[in-house]
Amino acid sequence: MSGMVPNQYQSASEIAELVSTGEISAIEILERHLNHIEEYEKDVHAFNLVTIDEARAAAEETDKLIAKGKKVGPLAGVPVAIKDNLCTKGIPTTASSKILEGWKPPYDATVVKKLKEAGATIVGKTNLDEFAMGSSTENSAFGPTRNPHDLSRVPGGSSGGSAAAVAAGFAPIAIGSDTGGSIRQPASLCGVVGVKPTYGGVSRYGLLAFASSLDQVGPFATSVKDAAIVHEVIGGYDPLDSTSIEQAPNSFLDVFDKDISKLKVGVISELMGGIDGITHEVIEQTNKAVSVLSDAGAQVEEVSLPAALYCLSAYYLIAPAEASSNLSRYDGVRYGLRIDGSNLNEMNVNTRTEGFGDEVKRRIMLGTYALSAGYYDAYYGKALKVRRLLAENFADLYRNYDVLLSPTSPCTAFKLGEKVSDPMTMYVNDVCTIPSNLVGHPAISIPFGKGQDGMPIGVQILAPPMKEPVMYQVAHTLETAAQ
Amino acid sequence: MKQEIFKDTWELIVGLEVHAELSTQTKLFCGCLNQFGNEPNTNVCPVCLGLPGSLPVVNETAVYFAMRLGRALHCSVNRSVFARKNYFYPDMPKDYQISQYDLPTNLEGYLELPSGEIIGIERAHIEEDTGKTTHIGTSGRISGADYSLVDYNRAGVPLIEIVSKPEIRTIEQAKAYVSELRGIILALEISDAKMEEGSIRVDANVSVREIGENDLRTRCEIKNVNSLKSLGRAIDYEANRHIGLYKNGESPRQETRHWDENAGRTRSGRSKEDAEDYRYFPEPDLVPLNPSEETITKIDQEMPELPSKRREKLANLTGVKPSDVALIVERNHDAFALNVIEDGGLPDQVVKHLVNNLSAGLGELTAEALAQLVQMENKSEITSTQAKKMLGELVQRGGTPAELATELGFEAIDTNEVENLVDQLINEHSDEWERFCSGDTKVQGFFVGQVMKATSGQADGKLINQILNERSTSK
Repeated sequence: MSGMVPNQYQSASEIAELVSTGEISAIEILERHLNHIEEYEKDVHAFNLVTIDEARAAAEETDKLIAKGKKVGPLAGVPVAIKDNLCTKGIPTTASSKILEGWKPPYDATVVKKLKEAGATIVGKTNLDEFAMGSSTENSAFGPTRNPHDLSRVPGGSSGGSAAAVAAGFAPIAIGSDTGGSIRQPASLCGVVGVKPTYGGVSRYGLLAFASSLDQVGPFATSVKDAAIVHEVIGGYDPLDSTSIEQAPNSFLDVFDKDISKLKVGVISELMGGIDGITHEVIEQTNKAVSVLSDAGAQVEEVSLPAALYCLSAYYLIAPAEASSNLSRYDGVRYGLRIDGSNLNEMNVNTRTEGFGDEVKRRIMLGTYALSAGYYDAYYGKALKVRRLLAENFADLYRNYDVLLSPTSPCTAFKLGEKVSDPMTMYVNDVCTIPSNLVGHPAISIPFGKGQDGMPIGVQILAPPMKEPVMYQVAHTLETAAQ
Repeated sequence: MKQEIFKDTWELIVGLEVHAELSTQTKLFCGCLNQFGNEPNTNVCPVCLGLPGSLPVVNETAVYFAMRLGRALHCSVNRSVFARKNYFYPDMPKDYQISQYDLPTNLEGYLELPSGEIIGIERAHIEEDTGKTTHIGTSGRISGADYSLVDYNRAGVPLIEIVSKPEIRTIEQAKAYVSELRGIILALEISDAKMEEGSIRVDANVSVREIGENDLRTRCEIKNVNSLKSLGRAIDYEANRHIGLYKNGESPRQETRHWDENAGRTRSGRSKEDAEDYRYFPEPDLVPLNPSEETITKIDQEMPELPSKRREKLANLTGVKPSDVALIVERNHDAFALNVIEDGGLPDQVVKHLVNNLSAGLGELTAEALAQLVQMENKSEITSTQAKKMLGELVQRGGTPAELATELGFEAIDTNEVENLVDQLINEHSDEWERFCSGDTKVQGFFVGQVMKATSGQADGKLINQILNERSTSK
């Protein structure tokens, strides 16, 4: 590898193949990545913590198993970066917030456990907007992450550290969480693949909750196939998560490279110019994707998703409402930061005042207000109605279409500091991604061309719940055309 | 319901909220032991400590227990949704309590008191318990404490909260309601239901109004009531306080008040007006509970005999009022009573002994022994005083009443012997005898006393009186 962004990424499946057949050791793969991190991490700041010792121990363990002829998992020796809002046993988990200072979870998130069992080498914890609230990773208590394609620009967010880690070649795979676009938008801005699985398809156990009914864990990868492989590893029913789906599909590659000529694709008109703020070049690039699919024989038509107009408003009531409750527990009593006061209430207030950043406080206030007596029906209640309406809109469309298509992000990566002072402009970044979260459907962002600034553009494929196989199939067609 | 006057022209209105800890093996949302009395913070895990990233999973047994109670209280069991009740307190690990709000598991039922009166049940919902805070410092309260310790062993223990309608009109009804509810809970074997240990906790919503008024007046919620006796005292105190305020042209404020057992009064807690807004909303980490019709049918089929049914059964068999056998059922002695009656014990006497002389328990006493004892008593082979004494012994060490009577020298004195004694006394005390025959009943006691003295108290008083009367009329 030469240069920060490798010309040719080494894929996770290739690494796993080489490692499990003994052609290359897991430790050698790891050291190669650690060297790359060593060289460029100071510029990118993708990680809150690089877990060098634990990673070496894990890689050596994988090599030992292989030497003994034991069977290893599908991610044997694959370096994986974990968003720092997923619990890692004995390793600090901060959600990029000061409030969790010093806290080490006594347990692994289900996703982390599954990755370890699959032979992956966890290389570190990646930076994020504090508690996953943001679209640029500038809301981190530990400083922003920069876009590896242009260090003056943001990587998107909230999983900006994970997206940047994959884009910079620090790890072929990273795990993120997506509440309103927090995997897909940074994937789009960093030119990598990002997947938000069906709600309930991947366990949330061990994910520090932002908005429980919207949060979903998913992979970043350099190819659609790698993303699907990782999805197979981390997905599946988890008895520790009551919202986990028992009959979730566990195989995503069955129709992966089949031709798409029988498929019907809807292009969401509201996200192709119907809603303000989506740039011309992004729409143009998405139209090129439409042509690719048409050329491949799919029937592509423009469709309407009327409720898309209200999604942003509904989201910014529901997500903060749930967050205001989820973040209550950070009160200084049991773990993390404690700033003393003359009594209990003062200690709570001092701790939270000092421990939370501005955006987190803003959303706690928004959410508290939305749930307050006398306002519930007007705000939270109405947002739930939008959610139901949206679900009906989608159900109508999926009676006629296999998948839907839209841009992922309204624009390419913007400059650091460009939008940070205007929350509303920042919130609009999620306009294309939020609908999938509100209804719990899967969606993927894949790199598809570049903007005039040379920065990556992503397109989004949306699919009905648990229909990830067709989503990966269509994404693969676009990926092949883009290369 | 008939009009009850509490005092002067005032009517008492009480609604009760009863929390019962469900005696499941494990907690409501995790696999930790649901156990009382362990070392602090030993029955804890990431879930019940509310650690970041942890998620709740509902304990099916707790839900089943709650539905059973619902059906026992004639409630409809519904599709229910857990909700978060948000407020900050260090004994609550997540700073919200998972409870149920607008869609509780059980709705609209009733409870029948031993008196036959019906008290409506508004709802019975499932929620998690909090931890336990101990404030260290001179006050023992949070204000002024040097520091506080929290034990989370109790955090996440399943509770059912049974909310009555404000249909309780007397202190006696309030006590009977709690005791009846306890009886039902015990019959269902879903909780230890020990008020003193806190596995049942009662909050009383108290208000008063003028007889004839239709609207309810401002209520106060009384907490910290630890026994039926304090419940009665607390309601009495609070109702009188309200009446006193109204008489002075003032009104009570809607607030939470704490019962102070030693001072015998309630004290103001926090006012509802400045109380927190709990910001209830559906718990997104849990899915709705959807009990199937089969489950509800199964619960109904497996319903044990409840106290009201048991009272009715015993009352029908003994011919006494259901309310008179309430104590027997409450003590779980009704099955025993039925056995005694089957073994030949006279129903009303069996009831009398079980109610009055066996409150401390049955010990070694068998149904057969009690039946025999009642028969001996009925045949005047032993006196009621002797019967009572023998019961004490039979409870202690068992055995048969016949053997025990011999051992204690309680052999019934032969009727002839008593007659001889009476005749002898008549001869020896002719003056007293004349007075007795002329109607001076005061000397009756003299004769009875003399016979008792001669027989060391073993003669049957009724028999002596009977002989005295016979002799006087045949004179």
